[in-house]
Amino acid sequence: MKDMTPEGYTTEDGRKIGGVVMEMKNISLRFGGVVAIKDISFDIRQGEIRAIIGPNGAGKSSMLNVISGFYHPQEGEIWYQGKLRPPMKPFEVAQQGIARTFQNIALFEGMTVLDNVMTGRIRQMKAGLFAQAIWKGKAEREEVENRAVVEKVIDFLETQHIRKTPVSRLPYGLKKRVELARALAAEPSILLLDEPMAGMNVEEKEDMSRFVLDVNDEFGTTIVLIEHDMGVVMDLSDRVVVMDYGRKIGDGTPDEVRNNQDVIDAYLGVAHD
Amino acid sequence: MDNRTGQSAVASIPALLHRNATEFGNKIAYREKEYGIWQCWTWAEAEKEIEALALGLIDLGVNAGDFVAVIGRNRPYFYWSMVAAQSVGAVPVPLYQDAAAPEMEYVMEHCGARFAIVQDQEQVDKLIEVQERLHQLEHIIYVDPRGLRKYDHHKLHAFDHIQQQGRAAREEFIADLKERREKLSYDSICVMLYTSGTTGKPKGVVLSNRNIIEASKSSSEFDHLTRDEEVLAYLPMAWVGDFIFSIGQAYWCGFCVNCPESAETMQPNLREIGPTYYFAPPRVFETQLTNVMIRMEDASRFKKWLFDIFMVHARKVGPAILDGKPVGVWDRFKYELGKLFVYGPLKDTLGLGRVRVGYTAGEAIGPEIFDFYRSLGINLKQLYGQTEASVFITLQPDGEVRSDTVGVPAPGVEIRISDSGEVFYRSPGTFEYYYKNPESTADTKYAEGWVATGDAGFFDKDNGHLRIIDRAKDVGKMADGRLFAPKYVENKLKFYPNILEAVVFGNGRDACTAFVNIDLTAVGNWAERNNIGYASYQELAGHPRVLDTIQAHVEEVNRSLASDPMLAHCQVHRFLVLHKELDADDGEMTRTRKVRRRIVEGKYEDLLTALYDGSKEIFTKTEVTYEDGRKGYISATLQIRNAAVVPVKAAKVAAE
Repeated sequence: MKDMTPEGYTTEDGRKIGGVVMEMKNISLRFGGVVAIKDISFDIRQGEIRAIIGPNGAGKSSMLNVISGFYHPQEGEIWYQGKLRPPMKPFEVAQQGIARTFQNIALFEGMTVLDNVMTGRIRQMKAGLFAQAIWKGKAEREEVENRAVVEKVIDFLETQHIRKTPVSRLPYGLKKRVELARALAAEPSILLLDEPMAGMNVEEKEDMSRFVLDVNDEFGTTIVLIEHDMGVVMDLSDRVVVMDYGRKIGDGTPDEVRNNQDVIDAYLGVAHD
Repeated sequence: MDNRTGQSAVASIPALLHRNATEFGNKIAYREKEYGIWQCWTWAEAEKEIEALALGLIDLGVNAGDFVAVIGRNRPYFYWSMVAAQSVGAVPVPLYQDAAAPEMEYVMEHCGARFAIVQDQEQVDKLIEVQERLHQLEHIIYVDPRGLRKYDHHKLHAFDHIQQQGRAAREEFIADLKERREKLSYDSICVMLYTSGTTGKPKGVVLSNRNIIEASKSSSEFDHLTRDEEVLAYLPMAWVGDFIFSIGQAYWCGFCVNCPESAETMQPNLREIGPTYYFAPPRVFETQLTNVMIRMEDASRFKKWLFDIFMVHARKVGPAILDGKPVGVWDRFKYELGKLFVYGPLKDTLGLGRVRVGYTAGEAIGPEIFDFYRSLGINLKQLYGQTEASVFITLQPDGEVRSDTVGVPAPGVEIRISDSGEVFYRSPGTFEYYYKNPESTADTKYAEGWVATGDAGFFDKDNGHLRIIDRAKDVGKMADGRLFAPKYVENKLKFYPNILEAVVFGNGRDACTAFVNIDLTAVGNWAERNNIGYASYQELAGHPRVLDTIQAHVEEVNRSLASDPMLAHCQVHRFLVLHKELDADDGEMTRTRKVRRRIVEGKYEDLLTALYDGSKEIFTKTEVTYEDGRKGYISATLQIRNAAVVPVKAAKVAAE
């Protein structure tokens, strides 16, 4: 990371990464006596793919929940777009342009793919309940505009063939893709992916990796992802944060992290004497 | 209705385009579903798009006589690309978009294309992979920019960018374009298509404007096609059939070509469009029938009962009603009732509700499958053709449709049967030559324009229709000298929804045996209903109960074969269910999904030996190729089953 400046840096494959958009400063999170996250600081830069890795129970998902406003850390500050972010509800975080997917799929099972993805546009729908019910004028216009965005996302994620299929009928890999679609429909500036490839076979993982890269490339979306598959993480991400027992034990490019002794110990285990 | 005017003035596809755009410019020429909506282009708009692209191609340096490879799924852009290439005097060469890089390399090298118009990153990657060895390939034009942002754009261009440049340089190049267009004659090359190559390397078949336009014209007149037809373009663009239907006949008649949203949405899109003229290889009809049968298995008992009752009736009188033969009043009434409750809704679900003329070709279709569609009142007919003939050799006229013949010679086609039984033809559609392959041309095209089809057949004495027995190369003799016709037996097997593919062996042997591929959709559905868990195709294929089912099918086929004195000896004595699907990526099938018998025979030699040496099971290891060209191995222990055969005395009769 030799040429990293406050303004940004250029990756090996020629992508331009911007300045810091979000910064975690000394975050600590406790549930009663259990310490989930202990004094963690790291930053996220505009347009990069930032991975958070670590063994089971390291606090990765908690970290993502802190970013998306599901959990509120007892200590520490979150700076977003140069401003200190006050404690916020998840929907307020979403309104700031941060969208996410969940580790255990959280879709509306009875609804079609199209309707599920449309829910990603709720933030952009301003017409009131009454107007929606009558479905004339503004409400109709809004629906058409939002449907156009959703259709682009459906096209992008190659889910045209399941547009009208209820989610409950889909296999797991496709459900994951629908979740990504819903998050993308919100046109987020930061996309949080909680284990997007968990439980997938090799082919599905390859597809998903390609989608993640394409999203980043086409829309310039900043992506923060948690992932267990080391191969995937090392291939996809620009920088990696490594957590273990709620602590940060490494931070840097995939190569730096791979050669970090603490990280090796955390993953392979070390003799305590 | 006269929509076939201006015959003398139109000696090329671009000229037909101009005629259509002038005479009925506001009629829809192309539709494609994108972003959930059917987008339309009229003939006038299509002409503008094609002109812009053609100007852009001139700007890029395309010369008359250059080859332009076109690689993509059925989209208006690629149809325009072909016509734009023709407009500037170049030769379009559509290629199979699912071909792996080495296959593509062979064809690209062979035709020496300087330009390629491709769909997306996947195709660009394949071309870049082989580019170093292809010194002649200069520029690649892509339609979908996704993922290509970071590529070196010196030799890579976006489709709309080329069109933009073409529009900008209109003043400069329009005179040149007009001149090039006017030079096109009946003799200039219209397209070069590579044969799928059931045997050996693909050959480049050169077809002239005369071939394409004459074939399109006579076949359109044969079936009274008008400019109001709707077709769905979903078959590979590299296949001659698609070229004739979606360009030749579409431009001749001026009808609309509809492109599905993606390969997976073909079925729903088919329903939305409701084509009036439909073409599909037997495989598509088989798959559709399988799906219907699966869904009926899942349907409620009453619906199933209704379906069964009316299907029995449809099979009895449906084909006769379609052929306009006399049928009793009561039977007619019952058929009308069936139309209301079963046939109509079913045809609508299949997307075939409006089909006026439907064709199947490419391979022999199982008679049971064929009759199923005809009994529903769908005018499905067979044609016999090949790339070298610009498709049409024989066609079935309305009212004279039979499942075991392929019809009468198409208008303008002459046919003769050689002494060895091989079918020869001569027609205005007969190809010019194989590109850079005078030996093969000489082997196929004889004096006075007769072409050998490579198929064995004869004319039916009763009605003068041609009957194709099998590929001349495949028809063989059993050890005792009796006729061995594998295709016939395979088609009987493939009628069962559970059997996707079958390869029958027996040439030079004393008994027939078979490899079987199960149909994952059908068998998977059955497994689900019977609470049989499975993790993979391989596991399901080896399940004892699946083997039992397949054995029952084989034995049923044997019983049916026993009643045919010509082929009773072709009963399948032993069979096995393969552990993998036969696949074009592994070279076991052509891209049009015809089994390459010799390759299968060679590749699974161990299995074939086991079929004949009496062993009960065999362990085997097979190399597989993934879609991206990587290789891997799968291994399995396969069971070999003996099937009951019906004893026949036919040999004695024949010997006496």
